[in-house]
Amino acid sequence: MTDEPLLRVRGLTKHFPVRQGLRASGLVRAVDGLDFDVRPGETLGLVGESGCGKTTTGRMLVRLLEPTSGSIEFAGRDITHAGRRELRPLRQELQIIFQDPYASLNPRHTVGRIVAMPLQVNGIKPPGGIKARVQELLELVGLNPEHYNRYPHEFSGGQRQRIGIARALALRPRLIVADEPVSALDVSIQAQVVNLLRDLQRELGLAFVFIAHDLAVVRHFCQRVAVMYLGRIVEIGDRADIYERPQHPYTRALLSAIPDVTQLGPAGRIRLTGDVPTPLDPPSGCRFRTRCWKAQDICATEQPALVPRDGGNQAAACHFPEGEAASSGPEGEAASPGPEGEAAGTSPESAESAAPIVEEVRP
Amino acid sequence: MDSSQAVPSGAPDDRPAVPAQRSDQDAYLRVRDLRVRFDTSDGVVRAVDGVSFAVERGRTLGIVGESGSGKSVTSLAILGLHDPRRTTITGEISVEGQQLVGLPDEEVRRLRGRNMAMIFQDPLSALHPYYTVGRQIAEAYRVHHPKANRREARQRAVDMLDRVGIPQPARRFDQYPHEFSGGMRQRAMIAMSLVNDPALLIADEPTTALDVTVQAQILDLLADLQAEFHSAIILITHDLGVVGQVADDVLVMYGGRAVERGSVEQVLRSPQHPYTWGLLSSVPSLHGDADADLLPIPGNPPSLINLPSGCAFHPRCRYADRVGSRSRSEVPELRPAGVDGDAGADGHLVACHLSVEERTAFYTEDVASVGVAR
Amino acid sequence: MSLSPVEGVALAEIESGADGDGPAAKGVVGRSPGQLAWLRLRRDRTAVVSGVLLVFFMVLGLSAPLIEMAYGVGPREQFQNLLDGNGMPLGYAGGVTGDHWFGLEPGLGRDIFVRLIYGLRTSLFIALAAALITATIGVALGTLAGYLGGWLDAVINWITDLTLAMPFLIIALALTPAITLRFYGERGQVSSAFGVGVLIAVFAIFGWTGTARLVRGQVIALREREFVEAAKASGAGLGHMLFRQLLPNIWAPILVSFSLAVPQFITSEAALSFIGVGLSDETPSFGRMIYDSLDYLQTDPAYVFFPGITIFALVFAFNLFGDALRDALDPKSSR
Repeated sequence: MTDEPLLRVRGLTKHFPVRQGLRASGLVRAVDGLDFDVRPGETLGLVGESGCGKTTTGRMLVRLLEPTSGSIEFAGRDITHAGRRELRPLRQELQIIFQDPYASLNPRHTVGRIVAMPLQVNGIKPPGGIKARVQELLELVGLNPEHYNRYPHEFSGGQRQRIGIARALALRPRLIVADEPVSALDVSIQAQVVNLLRDLQRELGLAFVFIAHDLAVVRHFCQRVAVMYLGRIVEIGDRADIYERPQHPYTRALLSAIPDVTQLGPAGRIRLTGDVPTPLDPPSGCRFRTRCWKAQDICATEQPALVPRDGGNQAAACHFPEGEAASSGPEGEAASPGPEGEAAGTSPESAESAAPIVEEVRP
Repeated sequence: MDSSQAVPSGAPDDRPAVPAQRSDQDAYLRVRDLRVRFDTSDGVVRAVDGVSFAVERGRTLGIVGESGSGKSVTSLAILGLHDPRRTTITGEISVEGQQLVGLPDEEVRRLRGRNMAMIFQDPLSALHPYYTVGRQIAEAYRVHHPKANRREARQRAVDMLDRVGIPQPARRFDQYPHEFSGGMRQRAMIAMSLVNDPALLIADEPTTALDVTVQAQILDLLADLQAEFHSAIILITHDLGVVGQVADDVLVMYGGRAVERGSVEQVLRSPQHPYTWGLLSSVPSLHGDADADLLPIPGNPPSLINLPSGCAFHPRCRYADRVGSRSRSEVPELRPAGVDGDAGADGHLVACHLSVEERTAFYTEDVASVGVAR
Repeated sequence: MSLSPVEGVALAEIESGADGDGPAAKGVVGRSPGQLAWLRLRRDRTAVVSGVLLVFFMVLGLSAPLIEMAYGVGPREQFQNLLDGNGMPLGYAGGVTGDHWFGLEPGLGRDIFVRLIYGLRTSLFIALAAALITATIGVALGTLAGYLGGWLDAVINWITDLTLAMPFLIIALALTPAITLRFYGERGQVSSAFGVGVLIAVFAIFGWTGTARLVRGQVIALREREFVEAAKASGAGLGHMLFRQLLPNIWAPILVSFSLAVPQFITSEAALSFIGVGLSDETPSFGRMIYDSLDYLQTDPAYVFFPGITIFALVFAFNLFGDALRDALDPKSSR
């Protein structure tokens, strides 16, 4: 795949002003300078913990949020600040699937109306009529087309998520931003939806930006993975590289923190101490340094660049990436002299507690 | 309603059907044939339908299930937190040999606070927003230590905050829940539940709302505290990975019934129930073939109001046809799995109509060979 | 620790399981939330009784001229011959006879029953019209403020606060006579339509704030919901967002606030007429009748009884129905 990227993101930034009364008292640096590309038909996973800015990024990509700076190019056109009318033709090619299958469907509309909404909004009359197209879509996502006249409350969580997927597919998009599409579902249902998305991706040649906190799900769906921490990408690369040869300490910690069914008992894990610092006042230099066991003076002063090493596809924003000096890798219990007190003590509000502030700020 | 009428758990000669788990007699908590029914406007909900298990001090039981499996209801029944006007609880719940079902509310409340504690999924809703975290912990202490004065309670709370790894506990004592991060709140919640040295800790999805790195911290903390206080822990979760990491024994629930029970080794390494297979092979893993399709369980978890007849799992089971109409007409009993080479096979129980040979064959052919689970 | 979060957990677990295989079990055509509310409403006995009573009152009010024809007595007809020398009605209970079912007014000798029917019509018309207008203003301002936000929200909020700060009674007392004077002069005969119009206008000016605030809050809560974002991501315009996505989801609270506003306006109209700034004696109305009847509280209690009991029944029925409607539309709130 050497063709032009479908989506090209450069320096994408979103800062939310925090107001106390009428005065702006600070900035939540939710997303702080992202660069990445998505080629046609490619699936990119955007992973990170809550507060890392992955959801904000997804909303900016489909222009539900206005970027503070940086640029988003879709299919060769700059859509960073395009107005509603300019966006209209592009909206059809760029759709979003939401996390919460209960909040993402209008409870007062029938399934038929929900799935037909993108067609009606854009004044599209498919050959054979809207109803036929909607039923075709329902069948495509594994729902009974007869259920056209049903209301969302009559469906289970997994089925609702399928309805949301059918709605996103209605306009035949080329790129879908999927924001935690399975994390609200029961375990046995998650696999159904992941498989469905995979089948659709292959059959329709869709490109995906798949936002998730679950690295195991991302591994089963994405060809490339970008790991985010506090508004920045710390590592990006092909799936095999990220999961088997992670270079950034944070990626390693994240991978080793996942409890895996195939490993019983307390595994030799890297324990990260403390919480994610607040995006209101992120650490200088490398943002991960307050929880990193490798941190040195340079990490506080200089922001590491996201550069590919040895000309490969994998890039890690770290001054001391893993794998360079083979001996430096911490194993198991040995690896946690983390500055617990500092990480948690100096910044009482973590990312989670800052989240409500972000929500109050109107875009 | 009738909760004062403790119904004996079946006739005594029933007992061989549910063999006693290892050292069942001296277990700290023993639950036998627990049944919980709710009367709702849509009909009677059998949220828990004949579940038995035991937990010793120093061990962790993982209860695994999806929504509507009855796993949370079970834990609330143990704690006596159901509304008695709408709920009928029968069976046997005994703590240190003392039967709880049928005991007066006052008595249960006293026992609950002293001997058991609960950790909730969402600490934000379990902590009162208008009181400082420290004050809530100190109050919880003073309720059961009426002789303790204010300063002692405060000291105890600060100690607990320190013990669960909250930095600067004395300063944190005076902060409100909203000033804590998610992980910190869960730690505070754990501190509050441990303040009376409970012998039994029930954690209902304690890490579901947390990030993986914080989840790892909390699970480690629970393991450390268990080693220190030698408490029995019931961990309720939907995540088999979490269970594999911290549990000693596992109970898999489906539709309000136990479908498989055994040590974590037995249940996760040689699972015997098709539902457990489904759970294992539908969970994406960090190992194995990433391009292989996951093997989801078809259909949806059942409604407790309208539970399928016979084996509740039969509409979603690939092998239901193998046993003919029995799958629909007969509720399978929880019996010894009888797997060869299964270490301590007597403790491994499964509720399935399939024979041992059939289960072994299906598992090796259809599940293990696909490679997702292993 | 309270029990509520605990019970919540348990119930959530049951409920999420309960809708698991919903569609498989029921028929092919689904039931909308509105239809479900209607079903619940029909099962609620209070709602049925109060609803039937309301329909009865409305039919009565609407068919006032027909009733007048059938009854054979007009609202302005005077029966001085049936009064005694002091102007009191002859006979028992204020002159109740086969011809005059609720008796006669002392003094002028008009028939109470037919005046009551016409008063019902006036009151219901004023209250419904005022409720309709205030609901429209409230919904329009509330949705715009809530959805668009920004300076528009600030301005609308400011106007709302300003309106709330104005003392309704004092302004109504001052304004109504002033307007009447301006249009009709000192001695002009005020038409009843004008009096009714002024009352509705006064109610409309002051009554919209509650609905506006309610709607604004609802819209703000909905605005962040993902189905609204989904429509936005598909390129939906303002009209689609407001009329297709948002409004259908706030009908329930609007309907409830409407049904509770009506009885409020009925009593307000009666109160204003009672203190003399409402309708003139020409237009039959509850407030006016009760006002007039107070002079005869000792001598002719039947005069105060009939309009009193009717207005009580009407307002009570409206309030009961409004509450039942709220329960039916939002079954969780009643728990």
